[in-house]
Amino acid sequence: MCGIVGLFIKNPELESELGRHVSAMLLEMSERGPDSAGAAVYRNEVDSGRIKLTLFSSQAQPDWSAFDRQLRDFDAQSTVKPHLNHAVVETSKSLQQMQTWLQSHAEVRINSSGKKIEIYKEKGSPASFIDSFKVADYTGTHALGHTRMATESAVTTEHSHPFSTGDDLCLVHNGSLSNHNRLRENLRSRGISFQTDNDSEVAAGYLNWRLQEGDGLDDALHHAVEDLDGFYTFAIGTREGFAVLRDPIGCKPAIIAETDDWAAMSSEYRAIAQLPGAAKAKIWEPEPAKIYSWQRQ
Amino acid sequence: MPADQQDIDARLATYEFTNSQLLRNYSGGRTTRAMQTIDLATQGIRELNQLLHQTNATDDIVVSNPGGKHSVAVGAMVPVTVTVQGHVGYYCAGMNADAQILVDGNAGPGLAENMMSGVVRVSGDASQYCAATSHGGLIVVEGNAAARCGISMKGSDIVVGGSVGHMSAFMAQKGRLVVCGDAGDALGDSIYEARLYVRGSVASTGADCVQKEMRAEHIEELEGLLQSAKISGCKAKDFKRYGSARSLYHFSIDNANAY
Repeated sequence: MCGIVGLFIKNPELESELGRHVSAMLLEMSERGPDSAGAAVYRNEVDSGRIKLTLFSSQAQPDWSAFDRQLRDFDAQSTVKPHLNHAVVETSKSLQQMQTWLQSHAEVRINSSGKKIEIYKEKGSPASFIDSFKVADYTGTHALGHTRMATESAVTTEHSHPFSTGDDLCLVHNGSLSNHNRLRENLRSRGISFQTDNDSEVAAGYLNWRLQEGDGLDDALHHAVEDLDGFYTFAIGTREGFAVLRDPIGCKPAIIAETDDWAAMSSEYRAIAQLPGAAKAKIWEPEPAKIYSWQRQ
Repeated sequence: MPADQQDIDARLATYEFTNSQLLRNYSGGRTTRAMQTIDLATQGIRELNQLLHQTNATDDIVVSNPGGKHSVAVGAMVPVTVTVQGHVGYYCAGMNADAQILVDGNAGPGLAENMMSGVVRVSGDASQYCAATSHGGLIVVEGNAAARCGISMKGSDIVVGGSVGHMSAFMAQKGRLVVCGDAGDALGDSIYEARLYVRGSVASTGADCVQKEMRAEHIEELEGLLQSAKISGCKAKDFKRYGSARSLYHFSIDNANAY
């Protein structure tokens, strides 16, 4: 069992309240996932020619100012904004250049890359995650969140969701995949790298691979229905919105709600009940193996 | 809004629903009694459910601010009316005996699981495995019910105003399932003696489930069920009947591939 939530703001006036509402939704999903929590937020798009990375350090108290100085030697245009053991880096270097440079910082991993996305995740209760990372203060256009009850692999920050699936893309998953070991090996042979033995990371890697192969998001998800074996409800964050997909058996729960001001998805209605105007929202259960998506025009 | 949701709304509109106004007026032939209110914004689920476990309870109960909470009105053992003002989460009205439980909203997974008797009525949609293993009583979902509706039902009557998802009435042993909309894949897979009535399309029937002749007694039975469920706008003659071909009851080596 895990809990997933997604909130897409349609009325720009509500963008300043994104974090407050996502926090309330995540907190309501605590019982579904007390082991770890995470959120992907889309905000503060960087200028053209620049990218944004969210980094995670395995050190309890990383020296981000030393890291900042070293990075400036590499790219004088870079900025580093620390958030505990995470830091948001903006740089004029490419992702590949940054990956190469980061090889000399073995303790640092890339949580996300793109123009808008930031991914924060940590083991421990959703309440402490929300508090530590000040999720309630987030502003932005949309966000996804996850509360994890670990069933397949260890409880660590690296095993937590969301998982990056490419530039400005991320995945949160409720369920379990049964063919992840073989799929991981197949994907490794195609050049996709994995940080953990987690099954959901394989789904993220799979989507990453399909997108690299030239699929659009819808095509990648259609291929996922064919190739992933197991139970899942996925929410996939994109630069402009998010998509929802349930496995063909429809084993894991999901509910979608929409008003003129927002669209939201969650594992359960009680998370959506936290949103303004929820009582009058249009509410439905997504059909199995069918893709639902929202994006900014 | 996705196009398919507009389709669902348009389809539901054609059924002339008994809507929540009727739900509020629904008396079930009971006389008005003392009323107690449980506000789930400030009171616990156990406070509500323990009221329903007292065999001498007589007050009807209004439940406000359910907020999608789990296990609302579970294990009732008394003939009282519980009106829930809003959406409920998992396992609402489970194991109900005698009570009439009205939900003015949607219900999450496992509505009226293992219900023994009484009435459960939901004005919106119900999520998966609605009325699973239900032994008796009447379950009415005015909107749609998701996958596995009536799975392993054992004698209850289930009336769905909209459509049901895949694997509905899987291994259904006894009772009646009425679907005023469409049924998803594998309807009635491995069914025993339950009777299924579907007004719209059936995506596919499961193993050993076949369409059967709609005789006069079935029209009469269905009219009675629609009337009990207070679902108007549907004519019994527009339904098709499905049930067991009874070819899997006893193992035959020729059927090995069907198991």
